[in-house]
Amino acid sequence: MRRPHPGRHLGYRQRRRLVTVSKVVLGVVLLIWTLLPVYNMLLMALDADADEFTGSIWPPDPDLDSFRSVWTEDYWLMAHFWHQFGNSIFLGVATMVLTVLIGSLTSFSLGRMRLHKGWIITDLSLLTYVLPTTFLVIPFVHIMHRYGLSDSLWAVIAAEVTFATPYAILILHQYGKLIPMDLDEAAKIDGASPFQVYRLIYMPLMAPALVAVGVYALLLAWNEYIYQYLLLSSTGNMTVAVMINQFFDSDEAPWNYMMAIAIIYSLPPIAIFYALRRFMVAGLTLGGVKG
Amino acid sequence: MSVSQTIGGVTAGRRARSTWFRGLHGADYVWAIAFAVPYVALFLAFVVYPICYGLWLGSDPELYAQLFADPRYFTAVINTLIYVGVGVNLKMFLAFMLSGFFMRKRGWVKALLVVFILPWATPALPAYISIHWLMNGQWGMFNNILWLLFDIDGPVYLNSHWMGLACNIGAYVWKNLPFWTVILLAGRMSIPQELYEAAAVDGATGMRKFFHVTYPLMANLYLVCILLDTVFALGDFNATTFVSGGGPAMSTEVLATLGIRYAYTVALPRLGVAEVMTALPVLIPLVYILMRKLRVSEGQL
Repeated sequence: MRRPHPGRHLGYRQRRRLVTVSKVVLGVVLLIWTLLPVYNMLLMALDADADEFTGSIWPPDPDLDSFRSVWTEDYWLMAHFWHQFGNSIFLGVATMVLTVLIGSLTSFSLGRMRLHKGWIITDLSLLTYVLPTTFLVIPFVHIMHRYGLSDSLWAVIAAEVTFATPYAILILHQYGKLIPMDLDEAAKIDGASPFQVYRLIYMPLMAPALVAVGVYALLLAWNEYIYQYLLLSSTGNMTVAVMINQFFDSDEAPWNYMMAIAIIYSLPPIAIFYALRRFMVAGLTLGGVKG
Repeated sequence: MSVSQTIGGVTAGRRARSTWFRGLHGADYVWAIAFAVPYVALFLAFVVYPICYGLWLGSDPELYAQLFADPRYFTAVINTLIYVGVGVNLKMFLAFMLSGFFMRKRGWVKALLVVFILPWATPALPAYISIHWLMNGQWGMFNNILWLLFDIDGPVYLNSHWMGLACNIGAYVWKNLPFWTVILLAGRMSIPQELYEAAAVDGATGMRKFFHVTYPLMANLYLVCILLDTVFALGDFNATTFVSGGGPAMSTEVLATLGIRYAYTVALPRLGVAEVMTALPVLIPLVYILMRKLRVSEGQL
């Protein structure tokens, strides 16, 4: 029997089965969509002979050789890999710490101490948040040269902190509203200075939001490329993001090394993100929809 | 708590909060200023100064004559319109639909969500480089899969303007879809369940529930997300640079990448700034609307 309108003519049970099947299909499609580029990284990194990829979709003879080579820095492009990896970590951690520090100080001043005309600062941070950062890069790099910060990690840190702090201020400002003001006032009556209130009451209570903001800043620094590329030129000051791009410029570049580096570079943020996933989602929920 | 309060973000009936002892005095005022100084300094040194300097760099009208005489500029404008228009809307629509799917409480759906947010955690560069090789025409895995499954010899994607652009957009969607799905999922979750129950009592089913409960409550958030992501996509440099590399023959460049190319490959920084400045007529109204929307909600997102 032909069924032109399956939904209408099928029985309840069959219709439910159809819905379940389509959900499972959607789930499988999503899984493939999500994992395909990640799997491709692994496939390429595990291929021992980079020159001739065999056209298979699984590694013919998987080999950790490329990871071993990265570990021993056994190729001229990645001769300083671990040093550059350290630079990336330094950049990420410095961005995280400074963002959390400046963001929390500002939000404390605006939200808890109710600084007169504080809304101007909120607006300025909002403005920075909605500006495309790439559009500022050319004058920014010029200015960094003028400040004498060319080829310096601190120039990049300045850029990342500038673009991460606005989000931090907005999120922390929102989260701070959930903490009763009475606490501050009680501490104040007990003779605490504003800085003591900030350090002993505000910061501990804000911990979940601070974690969300910190991870956000770290991911921002880890995702960002153009500022690092234009501001860092020497091998010693380069981050992994800049170094990995050099593989494209070299003719005989072994792509399996490139992919092994890509995987190693991806691991820290993925690990941190998954470990602190709940804070991230909670931070977003707060910023995204709560009034 | 009313619904508009939770969803629209408008804080109805804002309670007059007791300030730091009813206004700041003396030492406290100095403290408050001192706490705000680092950010203000950061803003002046690294936002205001670059903006002013950029405006000055791009102030020569002749630059714009030079710019408009370059056919690559118009290609980049059209590419940017497609990239942003398709990339943002497609992604947000998918994110909205998927957020509905992920509302399900089944265990495997929750587990899937954990895997699904992987692109959000993956740094942009490795992901885009992987997609670049994935779509390689000669030995990329995507074509290998097509060959194994369907015996199709896939095209050389990154050698064509349209397919290259599509790959860039696809990569951008891949990277950012989880983030927006989670945002919209959070929006959906904050809709009180009683509303759906009330709608069900009134006889509403599937589509009606969607059009009379979900849609009106999510519309504002959806719009804010679209606008915000438009700004982000406009400034996106990485997907184009690492997936198609702007090629073939600079035909997939967008404004964000072409400006950098002018400034650093051709060594014409002023032309690069001027190129970026031509986005201002679109950017300024966008920023204005976003500021208004976000300010009303006191810093959504």
